[in-house]
Amino acid sequence: MDNMVASNNTLTAYDKGPGRITAGPSGRKPRRRLSRRNIIVYGTLIVVALYYLLPLYVMIMTSLKGMPEIRVGNIFAPPLEITFEPWVKAWAEACTGLNCDGLSRGFWNSVRITIPSTIISIAVASVNGYALANWRFKGAELFFTILIVGAFIPYQVMIYPIVIVLREMGVYGTLTGLVIVHTIFGMPILTLLFRNYFAGLPEELFKAARVDGAGFWTIYFKIMLPMSLPIFVVAMILQVTGIWNDFLFGVVFTRPEYYPMTVQLNNIVNSVQGVKEYNVNMAATILTGAVPLVVYFVSGRLFVRGIAAGAVKG
Amino acid sequence: MTSVSVRDLSLNFGAVTVLDKLNLDIDHGEFLVLLGSSGCGKSTLLNCIAGLLDVSDGQIFIKDRNVTWEEPKDRGIGMVFQSYALYPQMTVEKNLSFGLQVAKIPQPEIDKRVKRASEILQIQPLLKRKPSELSGGQRQRVAIGRALVRDVDVFLFDEPLSNLDAKLRSELRVEIKRLHQSLKNTMIYVTHDQIEALTLADRIAVMKSGVIQQLADPMTIYNAPENLFVAGFIGSPSMNFFRGAVEAKDGRSFVRVNDVAFDVTTYPAHTGLQPGQKVVLGLRPEHVKVDEAREGHEVHQAVVDIEEPMGADNLLWLRLAGQSMSVRIAGQRRYPPGSTVRLTFDMAVASIFDAVSENRL
Ligand SMILES: Nc1ncnc2c1ncn2[C@@H]1O[C@H](COP(=O)(O)OP(=O)(O)OP(=O)(O)O)[C@@H](O)[C@H]1O
Ligand SMILES: [Mg+2]
Repeated sequence: MDNMVASNNTLTAYDKGPGRITAGPSGRKPRRRLSRRNIIVYGTLIVVALYYLLPLYVMIMTSLKGMPEIRVGNIFAPPLEITFEPWVKAWAEACTGLNCDGLSRGFWNSVRITIPSTIISIAVASVNGYALANWRFKGAELFFTILIVGAFIPYQVMIYPIVIVLREMGVYGTLTGLVIVHTIFGMPILTLLFRNYFAGLPEELFKAARVDGAGFWTIYFKIMLPMSLPIFVVAMILQVTGIWNDFLFGVVFTRPEYYPMTVQLNNIVNSVQGVKEYNVNMAATILTGAVPLVVYFVSGRLFVRGIAAGAVKG
Repeated sequence: MTSVSVRDLSLNFGAVTVLDKLNLDIDHGEFLVLLGSSGCGKSTLLNCIAGLLDVSDGQIFIKDRNVTWEEPKDRGIGMVFQSYALYPQMTVEKNLSFGLQVAKIPQPEIDKRVKRASEILQIQPLLKRKPSELSGGQRQRVAIGRALVRDVDVFLFDEPLSNLDAKLRSELRVEIKRLHQSLKNTMIYVTHDQIEALTLADRIAVMKSGVIQQLADPMTIYNAPENLFVAGFIGSPSMNFFRGAVEAKDGRSFVRVNDVAFDVTTYPAHTGLQPGQKVVLGLRPEHVKVDEAREGHEVHQAVVDIEEPMGADNLLWLRLAGQSMSVRIAGQRRYPPGSTVRLTFDMAVASIFDAVSENRL
């Protein structure tokens, strides 16, 4: 028995008396909470976190104040009298150009742009990536190179040609046109993402499925898809936030009644008529940013859980 | 009637030629092992037979049907992979039945086949589990089961045991042999483990850089290797090689290596040896007798360098003719390092190769 204790504890090797064997360190090694390393690491993290959170704090506080209180001055002070009026106004009443129905129109436009664009681009890109990774067809290398080069061409170069193409197709200025544009522009990076993920899955799995008689689509739906939840979540986060935050394509390729939320936000914040209603502007900004934020929170947790549940490993 | 027949098969990846005009005929119910070191093209050949790789040239016949351009599923083959390759999201039962469902086989028939396969492989208790909940040996059993339910004539194994530990490997090896004896279908088995090859095979094809060096039954491969590569590849520890030149004296033939002249008159093909010819004499460790001088055999003295007792056997490393050689003797006979031993050689079972062509003489 004493021997067992001693073998767990190197220090006791120096202790002569059998009674002192248990006196040395045992169990988990204590760690000092306030070591210099910890102070530096956590200190840096806290400073950075504050740096990013402070503007959000100011925005929320300001959006809950009335205009008279804002004019008084201190932007860090919490509201003396909480009012939700600015939020209501931002959502339903703020004026952009001719119509005065707030951000709600832009919100629904953005929803109608983001959902189809995300679904279509992910669906197409995942099949592309799967074909490129597993079915090395003739010209696959060339196709892939072109796609990657496409990812590096600046958007600005392509805007006018695309306007012409959309006009010829008869969808210029419509939501359909914008969905097509988003789908195409998401393609290079998403295809790369999926190709690399599928290429990382064991090749013998694919071979086994082929011996089992599964074809292109059966392997895709029955074998590859169920193993790829994490990468689909990543792609979804990328697309939803990217498309929701898009401004340039929204302005260029749609008419005012189809403007996405970001464009409308800009129009509200930058409207030159009347006084600047800071509280409404803040509320409108938070509303616009809420969707990507929610996506991050919800799917980020899903993502981690997906990995933890062994969705990646066999 | 041959079961699998490969004619003039060539395969290249871009500029790299892996297989070049390879020919191979495998009989019905035969257990053929493809043996070779890493990267010699064993898996490539197997994948060609399975239809997972498009051949560059040549033909493949399975049951006398030209399947060169057929899909894997239409070739009548089942395949087992080194990494098990079980579908991770499906239960064992689903893994077994997936191929049958894809082939739209009626459910009662599927159930029957899954039941039979799981009985043969003793995996009934595992049917509801996911692959991640199985041990390596169980996974490989399921993988074999997946080939079994397909009810095919040809089984292809690509190093199925190399991910398992030594004990499981020998267990499953016996099981595969038993399976072959009861099913009597053709099996093509890739491995780089010579024990697996020798114990399982009806015939072994030893491969080196895409070329079959020798195709024969295990005993022939072991006792009469066709060339230096096969001789060195098979056997552990490997065959002792002595490079020397042929000498003739008083009607007897010798191979002289430095200061030692080996009398090879009893070598079956010794009449073909030309005096002066450069040769390699190969002696298996167990073909050397230690301190058992026999009438008519010449005796050589050697000193023990290292002794490696292995239980049943005892392996002695000796110095002879200026080089190191290994000798296998019975486990209970012990020789401490430094002791002098008297060696006699049985040249009737030795191998002699031409030093230039490296082929057996
Ligand atoms: N997709 C590929 N592209 C290019 N070369 C390849 C490809 N696959 C295999 N090779 C080459 O072909 C040769 C044979 O490979 P193969 O996989 O058949 O070897 P192997 O005998 O099965 O080896 P191992 O015992 O390591 O599995 C190797 O030299 C390898 O580098
Ligand atoms: Mg291999």
